[in-house]
Amino acid sequence: MAKPKVATASLAGCFGCHMTVLDIDDRILKLIELVDFDKSPIDDIKHFTGRCAVGLIEGGCCNEENVHTLQDFRKHCDVLISVGDCATMGGIPAMRNGIPLEECYAEAYLVGPSVHNPSGRIPNDPELPLLLDKVYPCQEVVKMDYHIPGCPPSADTIWETLVALLSNKTVDLPYELIKYD
Amino acid sequence: MNPNLETDIRQICKEFGNDRGRMMDIVIAVQKKHGCVNDDAMDLIAKTVATHRVEVESTVSFYAFLSTRPRGTIVIRLCHDIIDKMHGSDAVAAALAREVGVPFGQTTSDGKITLEYAPCLGLCDQAPAALVNDVPVTNLSTDKARWMVQELRKHHDPNQLVTEFGDGNNAHELIRSMVYNNIRKRGEVVFAEMKPGEALQKALSMSPAEVIREIKASRLRGRGGAGFPTGMKWEFTRGAPGDNRYVMCNADEGEPGTFKDRVILTECPDLMFEGMTIAGYAIGGNTGILYLRGEYAYLRSYLEHVLADRRKKGLLGKSVCGAKHCFDFDIRIQMGAGAYVCGEETALISSCEGTRGDPKNRPPYPAQKGYLDCPSVVNNVETLCCAARIMEKGAAWFAQMGTTDSPGTKLLSVSGDCKRPGVYEVPFGIPVREVLAMVGAEDAMAIQIGGASGQMVGPKDYDRPISYEGLATGGSLMVFGPKRNVLEAAHMFMDFFVEESCGYCTPCRVGNVLLKDRLEKILNGQGEPGDLDYLQELGQTVKVLSRCGLGQTSSNPVLTTLKNFRNVYEGLVKVNQDKFQSSFDIKAALTPARKIIGRESVIYT
Ligand SMILES: Cc1cc2nc3c(=O)[nH]c(=O)nc-3n(C[C@H](O)[C@H](O)[C@H](O)COP(=O)(O)O)c2cc1C
Ligand code: SF4
Ligand code: SF4
Repeated sequence: MAKPKVATASLAGCFGCHMTVLDIDDRILKLIELVDFDKSPIDDIKHFTGRCAVGLIEGGCCNEENVHTLQDFRKHCDVLISVGDCATMGGIPAMRNGIPLEECYAEAYLVGPSVHNPSGRIPNDPELPLLLDKVYPCQEVVKMDYHIPGCPPSADTIWETLVALLSNKTVDLPYELIKYD
Repeated sequence: MNPNLETDIRQICKEFGNDRGRMMDIVIAVQKKHGCVNDDAMDLIAKTVATHRVEVESTVSFYAFLSTRPRGTIVIRLCHDIIDKMHGSDAVAAALAREVGVPFGQTTSDGKITLEYAPCLGLCDQAPAALVNDVPVTNLSTDKARWMVQELRKHHDPNQLVTEFGDGNNAHELIRSMVYNNIRKRGEVVFAEMKPGEALQKALSMSPAEVIREIKASRLRGRGGAGFPTGMKWEFTRGAPGDNRYVMCNADEGEPGTFKDRVILTECPDLMFEGMTIAGYAIGGNTGILYLRGEYAYLRSYLEHVLADRRKKGLLGKSVCGAKHCFDFDIRIQMGAGAYVCGEETALISSCEGTRGDPKNRPPYPAQKGYLDCPSVVNNVETLCCAARIMEKGAAWFAQMGTTDSPGTKLLSVSGDCKRPGVYEVPFGIPVREVLAMVGAEDAMAIQIGGASGQMVGPKDYDRPISYEGLATGGSLMVFGPKRNVLEAAHMFMDFFVEESCGYCTPCRVGNVLLKDRLEKILNGQGEPGDLDYLQELGQTVKVLSRCGLGQTSSNPVLTTLKNFRNVYEGLVKVNQDKFQSSFDIKAALTPARKIIGRESVIYT
């Protein structure tokens, strides 16, 4: 039987959650035995090659490309998981939600203390995705099946969740893994 | 700084004994004189009563009627509860905004008029209604709203808006209000004749323990909503250790759709004060506090007058009813300032103590540790009236009315889609259907019973009795006619709770917002079947995990409509095939960026 496929994406996140996936240490070898990786920054596969059992999403949606990617994941994955606080609730990037978008653009491209931009214009290259009016947690854009809190969630939490899911068992996370202070 | 401010604040603080426990009175008085309690005023008050500035600010910022920034000399507060909306308050609001020239929430540039919304003024039987400073203006139409503003621009005197007085004491020279009582049915307990002093004399001829025994024998239960046995409450309070004991009468009446206490305060204050005095005697206390909601400030002078009159007659003050009883008792009025949660008994106590109206942890219950940590009885206005009447006519007489578990009569405040809105005194146990016939609402599609925190029920429940064991209510009964949408009603109730949550605990502060958002999604036609489970689960969480009665009941509009009108929900939700959230609108989310950058999206064309 073919191994189930897992895809991952980092949207408006810091890659911390992805780094934590790698933090499962030598269990990564076991993971490779259990699954194949499809579209993911880990193997640099850019496009889905087929249907996936699980999609792991880091980060919420701050721009149109994030939305597009997330919707693409929803189309291709049976189960979608928000990994980390950014995906679940918006996280640090969502701190801009109280600030008008115009001011965010100005700070980034025009008036910020480290900005050097003699043109005085906000860049307008189609390569640069348009920002959304605010940062959305994944759940507000597509239906997410599970949420793993934490910034980032510990490697053990991610591991336990994946293994439980792939072996069709309920996750039973010990208290230490879901305690956050 | 305004040079008068300092003198005025000294004067006001002195009047209240420089006691920070009287912070509510102090800040209300300062605001009355100076239009607001600004930074300078808060600093000065803190210094004068020897407390921290933050304590003053936390009180001022909590109450809707208090403000740190200047407002207009005239503040128009339009009631925007559900009943007022059903009677056209949105159109009135638009007319007001146009005539005044500023949107709601703002003040005219000349500093004359401020427009605000109020959650419920206790005038649903004559909606739409507004408060102009302290003056209630009822039965508003767009024409009347325009006329009102034009008049105010001429003479700046809200009192002159009252060209015709309401019935009964509303025409009393100390009230002079256009409010009507709308008493539609008088019963034998509250709306019967009374001779001031009669019940009290009887009580004083017994021992306090006998008075409590009599109240227990009557099986009287609290009329404020929770229905706790009154005699037992008095007994606990009497039995709790403490040097002082207090009687607090809860006239906060903030539950949307309730206005029966307004009518008692207008027509039967003697009965209520007599009940308070009897309670004081029974528990061994010397002080009563009437907590009067800010919205009823127009009744205050009259109530003070009734108190003065009772003092003159020897029914209050030193040696009540003659020296032989050795019983001193007096009552003061504590004004509220626009906060629904202050009707919750521990929040009411916080407010009387001069702080934010935060509910307290229970236990200890007020009967053990209440006002100023002393044993205190908190009773509803109507409960105290019943207690006085029981003393006058006896427990047996009272107990034979109503049902076994709910003896006596109950005042119902009926509003909404009915021909005869108003106050009805009916025996407990009366079936809903009978009430609906009485009020002219046989075609009711749904009723909300027990206020926003109560339940929404439909015709299949109309044969059930109104009582603690049946359909319980603190008095509110709102009728929804065949054309109304129960989900919209539930949504408006959630709006109310989001506004009125004190914010202390997360399930209530956040949960109510989430419930409201999800309802909105469903109302917008974007709901899916899973949303119903979500509402059910979250509603239950908010109920179970909230600290006080507000959060423990705030999800009721959602939970009871889910239970009794599930078909309405089901008709609105549909299965979402692609699992994209239909409430997410990518076009709208990109609009600001498209404007700033000046190009269209290349992905979402
Ligand atoms: C949010 C909230 C608001 C309340 N508002 C009122 C009120 O306006 N009037 C009232 O009598 N009781 C109100 N109550 C009930 C009081 O907490 C308390 O139970 C009641 O005053 C006790 O009096 P009773 O035993 O005579 O009914 C409210 C409770 C909650 C939780
Ligand atoms: S949750 Fe924390 S670690 Fe994960 S992407 Fe967000 S900020 Fe980084
Ligand atoms: S339940 Fe709501 S109103 Fe009551 S204490 Fe908690 S936040 Fe405040």
